Amino acid sequence: MADEVKLFGMWASPYSIRVELALKLKGIPYEYMEEDLSNKSSLLLKYNPVHKKIPVLVHNEKPIAESLVILEYIDETWRNNPVLPQDPYDRAMARFWAKFIDEKLLVTTRKVSFTAGKEQEQAIEEITEQLKQLENELQGKEFFSGHSIGYLDIVANVLVSWFGNVQEALGVDMFTEEKFPILFDWIGKVVKIDIVNECRIPKEKHLDYIRSRLEALKSASK
Amino acid sequence: MAEEVVLLDFWPSPFGMRVRVALAEKGIKYEYKEEDLRNKSALLLQMNPVHKKIPVLIHNGKPVCESLVQVQYIDEVWHHTSPLLPSHSYQRAIARFWADFVDKKIYGELGRKIWTSKGEEQETAKKEFIESLKLLEGELGDKPYFGGENLGYVDVVLVPFYSWFYAYEKCGNFSIEAECPKLIAWAKRCLEKESVSKSLPDQEKVYHFVLQLKKLLGIE
Repeated sequence: MADEVKLFGMWASPYSIRVELALKLKGIPYEYMEEDLSNKSSLLLKYNPVHKKIPVLVHNEKPIAESLVILEYIDETWRNNPVLPQDPYDRAMARFWAKFIDEKLLVTTRKVSFTAGKEQEQAIEEITEQLKQLENELQGKEFFSGHSIGYLDIVANVLVSWFGNVQEALGVDMFTEEKFPILFDWIGKVVKIDIVNECRIPKEKHLDYIRSRLEALKSASK
Repeated sequence: MAEEVVLLDFWPSPFGMRVRVALAEKGIKYEYKEEDLRNKSALLLQMNPVHKKIPVLIHNGKPVCESLVQVQYIDEVWHHTSPLLPSHSYQRAIARFWADFVDKKIYGELGRKIWTSKGEEQETAKKEFIESLKLLEGELGDKPYFGGENLGYVDVVLVPFYSWFYAYEKCGNFSIEAECPKLIAWAKRCLEKESVSKSLPDQEKVYHFVLQLKKLLGIE
């Protein structure tokens, strides 16, 4: 039976893009379904009834939700171009840092986005500390995963365009080349890779999107 | 070289309990070190500089942090005995999905809100908590364990919270068993296993700990 792979995603979601990166890295053909998050499709709700979120990967009619779970599934199902390291300790480190990005970095990014004044300053300090910790992981390595991109580079891809765009839309200065030369050096390397470049979020469209979302949320909370 | 396994832990931590259960299931001998979280050891700070939290699993001197990462690590290193994750990749994805769900919905904000908040906030937390437990009951279905015939990854990830249920019930003034009898039956079934019964503290002990914590935090 031919493999049927569908991805329910959203053009500006770093979680959705990481799944696309993994699929492209392994040369897996897939059908992409763009979701309008303000009007979710009945298929999405059927495939992810628990969280009702993207991304959802549907492989031969079987749905998998949660981006990190999807990445591991892809790696175990299509064994070419392995994305996770072989050694259990290295795998544990990769998983630890992926969780760090999602549970610390991106959570603090939300704090920066939705606060102002002193609170925002504190959040920016937190993020600076977190980015430094992440940057340390690159010491002496070409990519997070070694000589070629892998799981952690795919998860850290959020720094490539998404993060910078959010920063610009917010008008804050937290992620700069001066502060994080090693991370920026890594970005310079990954964007030269075709599949990473293909998955970059169109900047102007993204800035508009972020700004309108922030406006909508601000007026909703008034 | 003999395997050296050390676990830095704190007795009421459900995250620590996960690792205890996993190690016990695999019959791995280890040294348990109790941490005083108000006075963290130099070893803890050295082994988990990023989060400075327990549990920390130290295997032959190398630290692994974050309970879900630790349980998967244990399962992969000691893969010959009592496998926790299923062998089929789709089943593994389902197990990982529900483990992630437990972290987001059972512990996350909900569990904590039940014993720290009051009034409407607490009522909302209780309602969502029960809804989440019911979803887990649905996933369990008619199986004896989430892992099927034996304890699996999701069982190990979820069962520690059972030791906190009595505290939640007393603080929230509700009965979890009345709403989710199947889940309570499952938890009791898990407790019949030594790996679980020896790893989970007594519910009353946890309740008294929560009361002390509330006093310390200045919560009524």
